[in-house]
Amino acid sequence: MPVKTDARGKTYPPYVYEVGKEKIREYAQAVGEDNPLYFDREQARAAGFRDVPAPPMFAVVFAMGSVGPGMFDPDVGIDFAMMVHGGQEFIWGEPVCAGDVISTETSVKDIFEKDGKGFYVFESVSTNQEGQEVVRGTWTNIVRGV
Amino acid sequence: MDIDLKVTPDKYLPHRYAGASGDFNPIHIDSQFAQEVGLPSNILHGLYSMAQVARACTSAVGGDPRSLRRLSVQFRGMGFPEQEIRVSGSERESRDGVTVVEVVAEQGEEQIIRNAEAELQAP
Repeated sequence: MPVKTDARGKTYPPYVYEVGKEKIREYAQAVGEDNPLYFDREQARAAGFRDVPAPPMFAVVFAMGSVGPGMFDPDVGIDFAMMVHGGQEFIWGEPVCAGDVISTETSVKDIFEKDGKGFYVFESVSTNQEGQEVVRGTWTNIVRGV
Repeated sequence: MDIDLKVTPDKYLPHRYAGASGDFNPIHIDSQFAQEVGLPSNILHGLYSMAQVARACTSAVGGDPRSLRRLSVQFRGMGFPEQEIRVSGSERESRDGVTVVEVVAEQGEEQIIRNAEAELQAP
């Protein structure tokens, strides 16, 4: 059965996430970050940040709320039992700091079939309260046996 | 520039990462469920392993999060808790102040992240 490609280009409503200092701490501890910049406001400010910065990969925390609805969209039609997260790219812009309000919009960048597998590629674009882009993510999910 | 980081996620790390990231997919936190769907046990979140690659890259240039401009990875194989992850890589090119490094993450002989490419720049 060929993959459905009608959802190419579809976009989803923005997902808004307010970044908390303690959420940054929880995330940083979970991934083993021990740089005091992520925990100590004074050190962060001395280094030129508005407040404690988030580790770059914290992007997944505020972007998933936007990417998730795309991945679960019946119009996209991913068979989750057969899906693996095949690839991921992030391109970072302005740093994300505690107190920021991050808005993320996701679109279906591409759907295609190759070697009997379906490739579902989503793009998320996250901007802060000043309208500055903080991160652009490309999420590639691969579904076997399409 | 050499990238080199070793970390052994403990048994409960996937639970803490699930809470921190919001990804509670049971294949990561429920060994019995994971086995029922054909996996050897619960597996690490791929984005946790990617975060180790990101940490290895920023650590190699002094730890400032602003130094990581881009990171692209392919997930292959499966990562498991209670096994050491080794992240290693080296510089491919350096141009206009941007250093491009190629990185892999392995557990034993198994690559769990391959073809990772990062762009690093002094903030």
